[in-house]
Amino acid sequence: MVVFEKPKSLSPVPFHYCPGCTHGIVHRLVAEAIDKLEIEGSTIGIAPVGCSVFAYNYFECDMIQAAHGRAPAVATGLKRTRPDSVVFTYQGDGDLAAIGTAETVHAATRGENITIIFINNAIYGMTGGQMAPTTLPGQITTTSPYGRDRKIQGNPIRICEMLSTLDGAAYVERVSVDSPKNIMRAKRSIEKAFRTQLDKKGFSLVEVLSTCPTNWGMSPVESLEWLRTNMIPYYPLGVFKDTTEE
Amino acid sequence: MSTKVLMKGNEAIAEAAIKSGCRYFFGYPITPQTEISEHLAKRMPKVGGLCLQAESEVAAINMVMGAAAGGSRVMTSSSSPGISLKSEGLSYIVGCDLPCVIVNVQRGGPGLGGIQPAQSDYYQATKAGGHGDMRIVVLAPASVQEMAALTAEAFDIADLYRTPVMILADGALGQMMEPVDFSVSSPRSLPEKDWAAKGHGGKRKKNIINSLYMDPADLERSVHRRFARYADIKDKETRFEEVMTEDADIVIVAYGITSRICKSALNMARSKGIKAGLVRPITLSPFPDAPLKKAAESAKHFLVAELNMGQMVDDVKIAIDCQRPVTFFGRTGGMMPSPEDILEKIEDIVKSL
Ligand SMILES: Cc1ncc(C[n+]2csc(CCOP(=O)(O)OP(=O)(O)O)c2C)c(N)n1
Ligand code: SF4
Repeated sequence: MVVFEKPKSLSPVPFHYCPGCTHGIVHRLVAEAIDKLEIEGSTIGIAPVGCSVFAYNYFECDMIQAAHGRAPAVATGLKRTRPDSVVFTYQGDGDLAAIGTAETVHAATRGENITIIFINNAIYGMTGGQMAPTTLPGQITTTSPYGRDRKIQGNPIRICEMLSTLDGAAYVERVSVDSPKNIMRAKRSIEKAFRTQLDKKGFSLVEVLSTCPTNWGMSPVESLEWLRTNMIPYYPLGVFKDTTEE
Repeated sequence: MSTKVLMKGNEAIAEAAIKSGCRYFFGYPITPQTEISEHLAKRMPKVGGLCLQAESEVAAINMVMGAAAGGSRVMTSSSSPGISLKSEGLSYIVGCDLPCVIVNVQRGGPGLGGIQPAQSDYYQATKAGGHGDMRIVVLAPASVQEMAALTAEAFDIADLYRTPVMILADGALGQMMEPVDFSVSSPRSLPEKDWAAKGHGGKRKKNIINSLYMDPADLERSVHRRFARYADIKDKETRFEEVMTEDADIVIVAYGITSRICKSALNMARSKGIKAGLVRPITLSPFPDAPLKKAAESAKHFLVAELNMGQMVDDVKIAIDCQRPVTFFGRTGGMMPSPEDILEKIEDIVKSL
C-alpha cells in the first residue's frame, strides 16, 4: 500500500528547506489541491522573495518569480490578461505583510480573482531571523534582541482580520500545520481557496501558521509546540470571511 | 489611404498602443502624462481591452510584469517621480527578459520638481533604469506623429528582442496638438512567445519566468546573452535624423522637443551664412555613435542642447572620442530655451573657430 505518494504537480526534486520547516508541508498541500482539481495545466504560480523563492522549482505548473512583496500585483496583471488561468501566489509574512502590504490590500479590495497562500512564521527566515510584521510581542529576533516591545517596534499585524473587512475578499481563512488534524483542515482550506477562484468568486487567501525552527532556535518538535502555545492564541484559527455561498 | 487626425501627443501614444494590438494598460495618475491613461480608460473597454488604475507605480509596473509574463502586449506610462518607483520592477522585467512598453513623459526634477517639460531623466532612462547590469531601449520622439510611430515600433522591438522599451517624451510633446497619421507603421513578423507563463496545458514542459541565479557563472552567462542582444539591437535598430551635416562646421546634437527649437536656430544660422548642422538621436539607447563619429571628421565644433544640466553631452563626447570641442547648453526645471538662445550659442562658437 502506498501511504505517501508525491503529488503529481510537485516536482521530483529535493526541497532546500531546513529540516522540520513547514514550508514543505504547505507546498505539498498546494500541490494536492492542484492535482485534485486537475488544474496543473492552467495554473501559474508566483514565487515570492523569502525562503520559498525557489517555489518555482517545486511546482510542475508554469511559474513566475516576483520581486519582494509584489506577487499580488504580478498576479493581478497575469490574471487580468489570462482570466481562464488559475493564478496563485505563495508568500511569507515579510513579503506579504510588510513590503507588499499595499499590493496585498489592493488586490484584495479590488476583488482580484486570485489565490494567495500566506505563510506566517512570525520571522524573516531567508535573511536569518529578523523581526517580521507578524513577530509576536516579546518575541526575540535578531532585530528585536530584547523581545519585540510594542512601544518601540510597534504591534504585529493580523492580516486575515484586516482583509476580511474588505468587500473584495471572498474567502479568507487562517489555518495551522502544527498537527495532523490541523493539516487536514489546512488542506481543505487551500482546496476551497482554489475552488473560489475557479468559480470566479473573487479574492481568496489562506494564512498558514508555520514554523521556522532554524531562526526560532528550536527543534522541529519544540517549534510546533511554540506555534500552538504562542501563535494560535494571538492569531486565532478560523474562517474570517466566506462569501462563496452567497 | 492616409487620414490625419489632430491629437495631443499623449493621446497619440495611447491610440498607437491600441492600433499596435496592445490591450492592457496599468498606470497611476501623474501630470503631465495623465491623458494617456484617460484616453485608454475610454478606449480599452471598446476594443475588449483593460485599462486598470493601480494603487501605485510600483504595483503598475508589476502588473505589467505579470501581463508580459503571460505573453500579452502591455504598456504603462508615468512621469519622472513615478518612473523612479517603476525602476525596481523594470530591473526584474529586464532580468526575466520580458517585453513591454514604458512611457515617461518627463517633467522637471529632482524630487517632486515641477510639472513643466524637462529632459532630466536621460541618465535614468539610458543608464540607470534599475539596479544591475542592464540596458533598455529608449526611443525619443520629437513630434506627435513620432509619438505614434515610435510607440508602434516600441511594441515590435520589445517583442522581437524580449526587452522593455521606453518612450522618453516630455511634457511639451505630451500636451502639443499636431496632425497624426496612424496608417504609416508597418508591423514586423515576430516570434511566437513560447516562453510565456500561460499554463502548459499538459502539452509542454513548464515555463519559468525568473531573474534569480544562485550560480554566478549562470548569472554572468545570462547577462552576456542579454548584452549580445543589445549589440544586435544597436546594429539593427539605431535611429537618428541628420540635417545639413555634410558641410557643417558646427553640429548641434539635440533630441525630442529641444531638437525642434534647434532646427529653428539652425535655419536662422544658415540664413546668416553659418554652416551649422544637426544630428537628432531618435534612439537614445542604443545611442547613435556612427553619425556623430562621421560628422566629427569634418565638423569643427559640437553643440549639445538639452533640457537638463548636461546628460546626453557625455554620450556625444564618447561617440566622437573627444576629438572635437563640445559645448553644452541647457535649461532645466521646466524652462525652455528659445531658438534665439541657441543661435546665440552658435554665434559664440563661430567667433571661437
Ligand atoms: C527589495 C528587497 N528588500 C529586501 C530583501 C531581502 N529579503 C529577502 S527575503 C526577506 C524576508 C523574507 O521573509 P518572509 O517574507 O517572512 O519569508 P520567509 O523567508 O520567512 O519564508 C528579505 C527582507 C530583498 N530581497 N528585496
Ligand atoms: S530558515 Fe526557517 S523558513 Fe527558511 S527554510 Fe529554514 S526553517 Fe524554513
